[in-house]
Amino acid sequence: MSWGLIIGAIAFWLGAWALNVWLANRFPASRIVRFFVPVLFGVTLLVLWEGIARGANIPPILLPPPSMIWTKLTTSLDILRADFVQTFLKSALAGYGMGCAAAFLVALAIDRSPFLQKGLVPVGNFVAALPIIGIAPIMVMWFGFDWQSKAAVVVVMCFFPMLVNTVEGLKASEVMQRDLMHTYAGSYWQGLTKLRLPAAMPFIFNGLKICSTLALIGAIVAEFFGTPTVGMGFRISTEVGRMNIDMVWAEIAMAALAGSLFYGIISLIERAVTFWHPSIRS
Amino acid sequence: MTKRPGMLTRAKGAALPVLTVVAVIFMVWYAAAAILNLPWERDQAERAKVEFILTDALSNTMSQERPVLPAPHQVAQEIWKTTVQKKITSKRSLIYHGWITLSATLLGFLFGTILGLALAIGIVYNRAMDMSVMPWVIASQTIPILAIAPMIIVVLNAVGVSGLLPKAFISTYLAFFPIVVGMVKGLRSPDTLQTDLMRTYNASASQTFWKLRLPTSMPYLFASMKVAVAASLVGAIVGELPTGAVAGLGARLLAGSYYGQTIQIWSALICAAILAASLVAIVGLIGRIVERQMGFAR
Repeated sequence: MSWGLIIGAIAFWLGAWALNVWLANRFPASRIVRFFVPVLFGVTLLVLWEGIARGANIPPILLPPPSMIWTKLTTSLDILRADFVQTFLKSALAGYGMGCAAAFLVALAIDRSPFLQKGLVPVGNFVAALPIIGIAPIMVMWFGFDWQSKAAVVVVMCFFPMLVNTVEGLKASEVMQRDLMHTYAGSYWQGLTKLRLPAAMPFIFNGLKICSTLALIGAIVAEFFGTPTVGMGFRISTEVGRMNIDMVWAEIAMAALAGSLFYGIISLIERAVTFWHPSIRS
Repeated sequence: MTKRPGMLTRAKGAALPVLTVVAVIFMVWYAAAAILNLPWERDQAERAKVEFILTDALSNTMSQERPVLPAPHQVAQEIWKTTVQKKITSKRSLIYHGWITLSATLLGFLFGTILGLALAIGIVYNRAMDMSVMPWVIASQTIPILAIAPMIIVVLNAVGVSGLLPKAFISTYLAFFPIVVGMVKGLRSPDTLQTDLMRTYNASASQTFWKLRLPTSMPYLFASMKVAVAASLVGAIVGELPTGAVAGLGARLLAGSYYGQTIQIWSALICAAILAASLVAIVGLIGRIVERQMGFAR
């Protein structure tokens, strides 16, 4: 146990925290501060982790320090890339696309029937709260070990949150606005494309964002139930078995990065599409 | 999850459509079971060199031992057999496995709620925390925690923490997020008029918190607790996967998938669904009672 490292890390943490408090209270509106404060907080967490993991001599099998994970990550890029392609590009993205598109089309279809809406929305809400990940073994049985079964899990996981959100969104336009479309003699499709779909976009993007994290989780967890010898979920479960915890953390860092980027890209598209919404304009 | 006023009155009007949809789902399920299980029957007939009679084969698809898709009544029978007819202490009783999952869920939910509340209070009362912690709380959810579950379980096992706690940790991680987001919104929901009134009363920060902010945030708390309890059940189930199918609903899923016992998988799945639905319903009910007692007009 080397107390110097631990005390140093804690001192760094306290100093950074004091700086953050000072910055946040001094320049609350500044853009740079708004960016800098959370970044400093993240760096502090890493320093604290590194200091405690090294200082307290925690065996790397339990908690490897960030520097060790970084070396592992940079030295095994090939494996990580193969896993990324298999899990993210093939399973998660394919399933995400199919699930969200299907839910969107179904929402458009049932939007014309209040009866179906009243019936499907509560069922959809119910299913959205269920542990859908449990169908993973069934899908592996039906669609085989490769990415198709993972994509199927992701499709089912994404379908209901997306459906519920889209149906909500299609109701978001106001009566007054719909009446205006009516007085313009707008057809159903004109009303849909020019008023109701744009008005539904905040809800649709909310669904897309929820599904983006679900998709990655679904793809990775489904791999625990059977997979070819590639993929993030496969790597995590086998490397845990071989006690290569640094490799597992590298894979996690990869997954977190991919998940955050995916979420970020969707948020960027959202900002561009729903530029008129009060939450973006303010 | 958004709150809708008058849920009860809406529910009455929706009974017929919901029942229709559920009936359609069952019909599709039966049809799918027949279609998916038929090839196996055809195989059997060919192998046994007997004439393939469609009507017989169709009725057989409803009672296969290891169907591709079990029919609903087979699942119902299995659930009945493994809940009512088995002793609760038996390793094959779904109630036994369900209880193991439920206890981890509830513990994780409790931790998650406490952690979420603490973070939300910190975020609302401390600007530095608002700016630094909030983005990371959101980022934390893009990390697929369910994927890390096996490592957490194995590592905690190695340090000697095993059983309920590791699973509860995963549940906590999933449950705290909706609570933080909901409660930050809820604690900030009193409008300026109300906070100004507290100021004119010369109320201290803790008085403002206990008498204004906390009471007004109750609807938000229960709305996010409904999401959180469902999430912590998912966490507990996934937390059971890597322990090698010892006990719990997740273990039943894994064991079922190892041995191709589709009926067992489906019955565990349906049980998990029932559990999730009842947990959400119970939290919702408590929420409604509390809100009525506190005089929220609904």
